[in-house]
Amino acid sequence: MPIYFDHAATTPISEVAISALNNQIKKLGNASSLHSAGRSVRKDLESAREEIAKAIDCAPSEVIFTATGTEANNLAIKGLYWKAAKSNRNVIITSTFEHHAVMDPIAWLAEHENAQVININVDRNGFILMDELAQAIKDNQDKVAFISIMHSNNEVGTIQDIAKVVKIAGDIPVHADCVQSFGKVALSFKDLGLTAATISAHKVGGPLGVAALILKRGLDIEPILHGGGQERDIRSGTFNAPSIVSFAAAAKESVAAIADRDKKVRALKSELIQTVKKNVSDAWVNGDQVNCLPGITSITFPKTDSEGLLLLLDSEGIACSTGSACSAGVQRPSHVLLAMGLTEDETTSTLRFSVSHSNTLTEIAKLGSVIASVVARSRAASGKK
Amino acid sequence: MKKLKVIAAMSGGVDSAVAAARAVDAGYEVVGVHLALSNNPQKYRSGARGCCTIEDSHDARRAADVIGIPFYIWDMAEEFHKGVVENFLSEYQSGRTPNPCLRCNEKIKFEAVLDRAKALGFDGVVTGHYAITKDGPNGKTLHRAADFEKDQSYVLAVLRTDQIEGAIFPLGDTVKTDTRKEAKERGLFVANKPDSHDICFVPSGDNAGWLRERLGSETGDIVDEAGKKLGEHKGAYTYTIGQRRGLALTVPDPTGEPRYVLKIEPKSNTVVVGTHQALAVKTIVATPPTWCGPVPELNKVLRGFAQVRAHGLPLACEYKFDGTNLIANLDEPVFGLATGQALVIYDNDRVVGSGTICETI
Repeated sequence: MPIYFDHAATTPISEVAISALNNQIKKLGNASSLHSAGRSVRKDLESAREEIAKAIDCAPSEVIFTATGTEANNLAIKGLYWKAAKSNRNVIITSTFEHHAVMDPIAWLAEHENAQVININVDRNGFILMDELAQAIKDNQDKVAFISIMHSNNEVGTIQDIAKVVKIAGDIPVHADCVQSFGKVALSFKDLGLTAATISAHKVGGPLGVAALILKRGLDIEPILHGGGQERDIRSGTFNAPSIVSFAAAAKESVAAIADRDKKVRALKSELIQTVKKNVSDAWVNGDQVNCLPGITSITFPKTDSEGLLLLLDSEGIACSTGSACSAGVQRPSHVLLAMGLTEDETTSTLRFSVSHSNTLTEIAKLGSVIASVVARSRAASGKK
Repeated sequence: MKKLKVIAAMSGGVDSAVAAARAVDAGYEVVGVHLALSNNPQKYRSGARGCCTIEDSHDARRAADVIGIPFYIWDMAEEFHKGVVENFLSEYQSGRTPNPCLRCNEKIKFEAVLDRAKALGFDGVVTGHYAITKDGPNGKTLHRAADFEKDQSYVLAVLRTDQIEGAIFPLGDTVKTDTRKEAKERGLFVANKPDSHDICFVPSGDNAGWLRERLGSETGDIVDEAGKKLGEHKGAYTYTIGQRRGLALTVPDPTGEPRYVLKIEPKSNTVVVGTHQALAVKTIVATPPTWCGPVPELNKVLRGFAQVRAHGLPLACEYKFDGTNLIANLDEPVFGLATGQALVIYDNDRVVGSGTICETI
């Protein structure tokens, strides 16, 4: 059995989610139809919406289902921007180390829609500089369309103080990409005071191809997909009821288990880090180790080459991940690690391990038994001095 | 016995896909690798001509998945630019006509990739080249492929013996039509993908235009062997020795004979033209020599065959190694031979060695 340390990429679908999916997919009916078959599916769908709302502590009407987290981020970012641009607010404040699904739609708005972008820097531990944020807001009074800062980072796992961001923001809408945090740490949309948040099913044991934008009640933003207007006229497309119902089942299970799993997963991660350090004395961990997700860790193996590390670990039956790759599959230095102050060479010597409650100490011991020789070979192949 | 581990270099074409599949059948533990050779692969998206497009990397990945082997992309853009593209430009700037495929085999596939593979614990590199290696008493030797039409031993003659040791060519005994048939039988959809012929980093296929863009197009003289000006050109490096077309000469030859490019003089930016007879070459000097097997005895004159173009005919010759250069004396003259191309010496089907042509007499 391969050893899977890549749960931040995607994680196994849970039994409750499989069973919910299996039951729902057999049911006939379009949730938008008015006849009894439609009504029956609609009922299931709305129950699922209530379940998701409960899981992230928002009102059911604030849940807008989308196909992916990327779509939800695009909808939030473009929608909020187009709305604000009508009242001449064209400044977007974000951070230097967002996920591409946030960074790229913002870059698109800068290129095509006259958006002015301010990137708030992060420190070596992966926290955004709050003073810089406050200054940026002050310097651009009445001009800021919205702020988008990720709740936790997908490569290093640091958790931002989003409540503080919202406080500094005042009346300015704040969007947070919560894809990695949801179902892993306690999260309240209401308490954080967010305007918009993105969550995704397949990171919490739900199926691929379903996600949600949580969008404050009463706020109408421009859609990016036009059609039947199924979701508050903000998102169109036939409801994917089986996946949504399955998403709700997985979310409910994950959120209920946060406390238990948090303890177990943090212990596993800590064991993994210790095991690696014991075998590779100069390896180091990136990002804050206190305010962080339980399962994600980013480890730099100096003078190696992450492509080589990945290949060798894969051939030992161990799955983990490198930073980002371009569309042709070529490894690129991680913008996240660069933003945190690592050199280009260091970013391409780094692996992300993301563990879940399903991992075991035996699996970590197996990693420990091969990591030294894997690192030695990768060093020889990297040519880094 | 532990399985030998090899890297299969997969371009996204049919040959390398079948080669990788055959390596698996032969019992190797195979990992597929596609080489990203452009700094900006997206730029070549619509081209799909060479070996560095997104489509090609996708095709290579799909083939690896069908074969059932792991697959990775290795970024060799920097090495490729330094070792192949810059060399290509500087050779043209010096008035020579380089062969970038040879440089790529020498510097990338069997140096950068093979070195990296060995460091990572692999035993060799598999490619889809049509050539054969044979085990001899003093190690492996390089030979022509069974299919003379497809034989690629010429572009591999830059490999040293230690590189040949690490090279595996599963297609050496096969004719191309059989490779396509086999690809189809194996369910590899690249079976009908056309062969690549162009220089992969010149996506438009317009070599002269590509060179002009990078080296400028300074006007210079076209002169006869006596130095008399016959016309003008826009960039001497866009001409090749032996070229007849595209000279646009305004002064006709007194004898009415067609004229050919005899020489390119980059310093004075001059192209020298003359008769076909003036193109005749009997002696070829090439340097530095690379030996694909045992080194010939110093200054000993040996009989063999010279090949001066990728798909050229073998030319009967005497050859010797004088300690610095590889020198071939052809039985019959050859016409229109450019410096910068490779001279490859064969002992029947065995590749003796090669060198870059620096002088023709």
